[in-house]
Amino acid sequence: MTDGTTSRAATADRTADDTPAARVVDLVKDFSGGVRAMDGITFDIPRGELTSIIGPSGCGKTTTLKIIAGLVEATSGRVEVNGVQVAGPGPDRAFVFQDFALMPWATVLRNAAFGLELRGVPRKEREEIAKEYVGKVGLARFENSYPHQLSGGMRQRVGLARALAVDADILLMDEPFASVDEQIRRRFQEDLLRLLSDEKKTVLFVTHSIEEAVYVSDQVVILTRGPSRVSKVVRPGVDRSGGSDSIRRSPEYLDWVEQIWSELQSYLET
Amino acid sequence: MTLRGHRIPSGFSLLVWFVVWEVVGRLELVSLIPPFTDVIVALVEVVPSSTFIEAVTVTLQAFAIGMVLALVVGIGVGIAMGRNRTVGSVMGMWVNIFESSPLTAVVPALMALLGFGLPTMVVTVFLFSVWVIALDTQVGVQRVNPSLVEMGRSFGASRRVLYTQIIFRAALPELLAGIRLGLIRGLKGVIIGQLLIAVVGVGYLFELYSRSFLMPEFWALLIVLFTFAFLASEAVAYFERMVSFYASSR
Amino acid sequence: MTVAATTVASRVGRTAAVTGRGARNPWVLRVGSILLVLALWEWGGTAGVSIAFPKCSETLAAFAAMVADGTFAAAYAETAGPLFVGVLLTGVGGVLAGLVMGLSPRAEWMGLPLFIVLQASPSAAIVPLITFVYGIGFAAKVFAVVLLAAPVIVLNSYRGIAHTPRSLLEMSNAFLASRWQRVWKIVIPAGSGLIFAGLRLGLAQGFTGAVLAELIITPTGVGDLITYNRSVADYPRMFAAILSIILVASVSVTVLQRLEQRLFRPEMRLA
Repeated sequence: MTDGTTSRAATADRTADDTPAARVVDLVKDFSGGVRAMDGITFDIPRGELTSIIGPSGCGKTTTLKIIAGLVEATSGRVEVNGVQVAGPGPDRAFVFQDFALMPWATVLRNAAFGLELRGVPRKEREEIAKEYVGKVGLARFENSYPHQLSGGMRQRVGLARALAVDADILLMDEPFASVDEQIRRRFQEDLLRLLSDEKKTVLFVTHSIEEAVYVSDQVVILTRGPSRVSKVVRPGVDRSGGSDSIRRSPEYLDWVEQIWSELQSYLET
Repeated sequence: MTLRGHRIPSGFSLLVWFVVWEVVGRLELVSLIPPFTDVIVALVEVVPSSTFIEAVTVTLQAFAIGMVLALVVGIGVGIAMGRNRTVGSVMGMWVNIFESSPLTAVVPALMALLGFGLPTMVVTVFLFSVWVIALDTQVGVQRVNPSLVEMGRSFGASRRVLYTQIIFRAALPELLAGIRLGLIRGLKGVIIGQLLIAVVGVGYLFELYSRSFLMPEFWALLIVLFTFAFLASEAVAYFERMVSFYASSR
Repeated sequence: MTVAATTVASRVGRTAAVTGRGARNPWVLRVGSILLVLALWEWGGTAGVSIAFPKCSETLAAFAAMVADGTFAAAYAETAGPLFVGVLLTGVGGVLAGLVMGLSPRAEWMGLPLFIVLQASPSAAIVPLITFVYGIGFAAKVFAVVLLAAPVIVLNSYRGIAHTPRSLLEMSNAFLASRWQRVWKIVIPAGSGLIFAGLRLGLAQGFTGAVLAELIITPTGVGDLITYNRSVADYPRMFAAILSIILVASVSVTVLQRLEQRLFRPEMRLA
């Protein structure tokens, strides 16, 4: 557990759209036992866009995400948010956990308001804000339910509402749809995109599904096998004006999936 | 816990407590507590004495017989409870009632019925330990993956093989945990039994020492029993650890 | 850790019995088994197994009489005092001790081996000594209760606090919880199931301590009922007294167990 502080002198200039919301430079992570997970990861996270990280199992995607979130310490390298180096968790980043991390003894509303509660936001105010986001993720009727009464997908939405409620610049999502049913997963991807365009957030998303990455992302960062580096950064630029089904059948989409797949294949074989 | 960068394993804190004991004793803060070193001296003197050996033998005899009975009955009933829902439901009520009762209260009745000797002590040990053994065995057997049993049947395993080779082994981690707890309770049972009977075994010795205010001897005896309980439970824990490697993948 | 957790889980998750899946109500069979036992008891008593083995009917008659003439009321009033005070003191003190041990590595290092040893030891042997320090009064009996209940309460509280799910700790870190917030809002609520289980087990041990004190230190309350009636060879009343304490103890502990399952079960399922 890191007790981190953000070294932000003044609010960074956020209006300049061409400065990346965040960047990682030369991240290296060694684990005890001499295992080197990442060997110099560098990439930018453009503001207002959805960037996903993809790579073979064990390449350190989640570790990278957690280092950016400030939950894990890098062995060397740095993380910058809005141009300022950060070393621990901060109000500028919010995390969505793969296993939901909901408090089983608290209602949906309280869970969603938890980030605000920790900040000392008064009860009435934080419940109002949480209510709004719980509604936005489609769980308005379940405000007073408990996590054990919800399905996996619903629990994940609570986690998302919690992350949105604290109004951080950057949303970090760790394989958010891994524990969700296949049928619901597609719905969630679309819902997420809609939500994010409304909220105008910058998102960093870890996934092991290439299709998911191509479907939702503006930018895809491909990592090599561990000890990993950035293999390639691609911008699929899928035209989303058509319906979702047509997108998933479009040649462009399928080409990108194929491309990234073969890129990853080359690492799996060595 | 680290001291100047070196990690000290947790058991060593007991040494610190022994030092505290020594200090409390030397300063005569509590009349009951003699210096630790005096206790050690008494330990060395008392243990080889014939009264001591006789008392301990009587105690261990009762303990061993009672435990064997408790193991046989407890494991048997536990398996039955685990395999058959009806048995589990009915027996479960009884086992739970007695598991959480102060069975100490039954000892006077045993004394009236069975006298002041070995039978009472054996039954006391049995009554103190059998319930937790049965309950943990039940849990262990219930946790056995049904697929394992089906697999055994599909390969034509006889009932005997099914129970000994598959079910028993799969339930072993919980079973051993239950046995470990049963040992501790059984030992408490034999001590309590002897404290109440007061004329046999270590209970007699405790009575003797406390009456004559031979505190170092009293604590020495207590340490011997504590150590025995600890070693017995660690021995079972050792076996538990040996089988726990497959506990999570059942 | 897996097996220790299993044992603790088996203690906590243990319902009064596994309910049968069939249409048959388990209580029919259970009541049936009670009647069977009572019948065997009656037969055993009549057959004269021992002069000290009263018939079931005699015992139940004595039981009813003791309820009616207030013997039980008086006895339990006496026993309840030290039991209640002892369990309360141990509950508060023990949970705090477990809390401190769970949160502070140094306290854990100092305290855990000690309590593990105390838990395994036959500390009942110390009960006769108590009189030297506390005499034969209320304090002595409270001490006996505390002595027997403390290790299990402390150890269960410790386990509840020390084994907070890592996922929740990480989440609280991500949302910038201070140390105090983390303890108060995550660690303690997450551990409250085990803490409560410890209190339940502590109550059961407390009963043992109270009875032991009354049998060994000073004849009062229920312990005295047992010893006195044995000394005058009134076995029906003696057995009735024993029966009563078994019933009182198991009912209290079962009530707590049901409460525990209602309050904490959904969490266990989630965990």
